[in-house]
Amino acid sequence: MIENPLLRHGLLVLAVMYLAWSLGSLEIDWSRTSQGAERAGRIFSRMFPPDFSRWSLLVRGVTESVEMALAASFIGMILAIPVGLCAASNIAPRPIYLAARGILVLTRTFHEVIIAILFVKIFGFGPLAGVLTLVVASVSFIGKMLAEDIENMGSQQMEAIRATGASFPKVLIYGVMPQILPRYLGVSIYRLDANIRHSTVVGIVGAGGIGQTLSATFSRYDYDFSLAILLTIIGLVFLGEFFSNWVRGRLR
Amino acid sequence: MLKIEALSKSYTAGVAALDNVSFEVAEPQVVAIIGPSGAGKSTLIRCINRLVEPTAGSAILNGENVTNLNSAGLRKARRRMGMIFQEYNLVERLTVMENVLSGRLGYVSFWQAWRRNYPPEDISNAFKLLDRVGLSGFQDQRADALSGGQRQRVGIARALMQKPDLLLVDEPTASLDPKTSRQVMRILVELAHELSTPTLLNIHDVPLAKNFADRVLGMQDGKLIFDGTPDELTEDALTLIYGEEDWKPEAKAGSPAEQENADSPEQAAAV
Repeated sequence: MIENPLLRHGLLVLAVMYLAWSLGSLEIDWSRTSQGAERAGRIFSRMFPPDFSRWSLLVRGVTESVEMALAASFIGMILAIPVGLCAASNIAPRPIYLAARGILVLTRTFHEVIIAILFVKIFGFGPLAGVLTLVVASVSFIGKMLAEDIENMGSQQMEAIRATGASFPKVLIYGVMPQILPRYLGVSIYRLDANIRHSTVVGIVGAGGIGQTLSATFSRYDYDFSLAILLTIIGLVFLGEFFSNWVRGRLR
Repeated sequence: MLKIEALSKSYTAGVAALDNVSFEVAEPQVVAIIGPSGAGKSTLIRCINRLVEPTAGSAILNGENVTNLNSAGLRKARRRMGMIFQEYNLVERLTVMENVLSGRLGYVSFWQAWRRNYPPEDISNAFKLLDRVGLSGFQDQRADALSGGQRQRVGIARALMQKPDLLLVDEPTASLDPKTSRQVMRILVELAHELSTPTLLNIHDVPLAKNFADRVLGMQDGKLIFDGTPDELTEDALTLIYGEEDWKPEAKAGSPAEQENADSPEQAAAV
């Protein structure tokens, strides 16, 4: 890989030295680690058997999460269209392109959890904050993919439609849309799947859904109920993934 | 019908891709434009419908200066100029019928276009044209399922759907095999004559140009340097356009022009 033997061996020595230094600086507290292992054992033993007796609470949380994911995906999918179009350099004028790219970069800078904390502060606890968080994340994700697809598509079909005297909106629906539609739908479905997973996470900071229920069980030491929720989340995510793969397979 | 006056285009300042080109097409004829790669043939026809914006000069179609039009006026003018492309430029994921009807996009409203709700006379005209280019029965096939020759025929039908006053054709056969090339050229030229549509046709295949065109323009380095009938396109004229070469059909490897190069080692080394 690296031609120069001096450089190659030098880099290797540096890498080993860095590893040794970083391990040395960790200050692993062995007594705390062993206490932690003990506590982990206690928690896991109290998790079994999982307690599904409060299933109505569970169903309510799951339903809320799925509703949040569905609403956020749908709104995000719609809002991503203007953002994506504006963020494609080959069809948007320069100032609009830069503004749209700025929005995309800004929204991608922050992790969902940070956005969720902000929205919980603004709108209070509950699913509204969660939906808004997921909308922001979806617009930014789908919008970016859409913009990149438009930039990578062939200009020839667009050129031919322009040459017929078609106006810009018609160029969009004939020259652009047919080229990017399958990918756009695929990405949106993928985002629905991702939103189902993320809806459980944003709940932990109070933005509604099953995550909020899970967070509450941990603070009340209801570990058997926690496990029931975790198992349900696994099932939910599995179903979401399965559904998303199935739909995307059919889109090809 | 079409008058080109001192049309010029520079992509980068100082380098002219199209240099002060003037000519007139006064009758419905098929005008082939030949010349080496990079001579500005594509730029010329794209400057007429302003897919490429000319730097100077004007293109006047039926008395209207297309170069001065604002964007709404330009769209109206483009409706009257059909264009056919080297790579066919069909919308791959749409059907043959949708592609042909897209030639009417300048005339229908956005909602008609969105709902594919074209006027009945457009649809019957589309069927007629598909039949005319030998593709009847193909209307529901997707464009990406067609062969190259079939795609180009859809491209011809789409351009003619516009009922154009001018056809701009950019290397229609460069991606096709020799037989298909001739078939496509025949259909194109026949229809252009039948509909009395003046046609500007970029083509790098000189025998095809001589075979099918009524008039030949020769370009080099962005300049128009030849304007004549196919018969006037002699070996001397070809040399003028393309540079020194043995143009006789029977000429083979080791022809005088090549030997000349081989004899000068400095030149060979420079290459």
